[in-house]
Amino acid sequence: MNPLLEVHEVSKTYGGKIALHQVSFNLSPGKIIGLLGTNGSGKSTLMKATAGLIHPTQGQIKVTGIPVGVETRSLVSFMPDRPLTESWMKVRDAISFYRDFYSDFDQQKARMMLDFMGLRESDRISALSKGMNERLQLTLTLSRNARLYLLDEPIGGVDPVARGKILDAIVEFYNEDASLVISTHLVRDIERIFDEVIFIRDGEIVMQEEVESLRIKYGKSVDDMFKEVFAE
Amino acid sequence: MSIEFDNNLPIYLQIMNYLKREIVTGKLKAGDKIPSVRELAADLQINPNTVQRTFQELEREAVVETKRGLGRYVTNEEGKIMSIKKEMAGELLDRFIGGMQELGFSSQDIATIVSEAVKTEEPQ
Repeated sequence: MNPLLEVHEVSKTYGGKIALHQVSFNLSPGKIIGLLGTNGSGKSTLMKATAGLIHPTQGQIKVTGIPVGVETRSLVSFMPDRPLTESWMKVRDAISFYRDFYSDFDQQKARMMLDFMGLRESDRISALSKGMNERLQLTLTLSRNARLYLLDEPIGGVDPVARGKILDAIVEFYNEDASLVISTHLVRDIERIFDEVIFIRDGEIVMQEEVESLRIKYGKSVDDMFKEVFAE
Repeated sequence: MSIEFDNNLPIYLQIMNYLKREIVTGKLKAGDKIPSVRELAADLQINPNTVQRTFQELEREAVVETKRGLGRYVTNEEGKIMSIKKEMAGELLDRFIGGMQELGFSSQDIATIVSEAVKTEEPQ
């Protein structure tokens, strides 16, 4: 099977600071991948580069064999760690905004997801709790018919109930032919939904492994492995 | 359906064991339809490919069978269910006997202890 995502020797420096250093890996379609690292490890930079929002200083990223650029925008659906919606909007406005902006937006799926999430179209975005806002962002991101979904910290800073609901929604609504990359440092609550995990530390990939093989090989949970790798 | 998962062990094995136990204890009966990959994955909040792998293994062991376009069903062969039961009993026994031997009991002691224990548990 051809890789869905190819990251080839990608480096990114901001001023003198190295955010990514010689990062290479491939992802195949139909997988849920955990991109795991502590704060400042390069997770967001890698996602933004894959979404085409920033340019790597070196190296190349390809989605379905196409170098990241205008053409890959319709293949990648990115949920940033900060919302793209405006505070004056109601949920309804956010939906129309996405529909107008992305031709692959599936309004019917969005309605089903809103329902599942307990969100109403008349809700004002500025009045939503953090957890509810995360649910809305996830709805907007997963309602696009993309090949690769990138979720940057979708469960960061939300309570366990909202976290459970977000995980439910991911399993329920994600498109099986696509792949989904989820960045997080909260490993324990989410490790059972991953096929594969990638550990990233100081801008370098330290491990890429299937989670079930990891459990068989080391007799450890992903969370324990994470703590070991990232121990100071 | 709920399973207390141990993240240190392969998840697909834990689901396999869980489903086998459901079958052996009669909560899932011969010929019963089992949930779809999607349903079970959502229910347990786990990766759909992990559930897929569980079902493939159960099919390979002929514990469940797929009927084209209809879904997956628990095997109708009572013999198969009996053999899962024996297999699970075997595992329990191995663990028990191993533990007893570690405590220093001979095979004969173990047999006596077990038969005594069973006797006192029998309804009067």
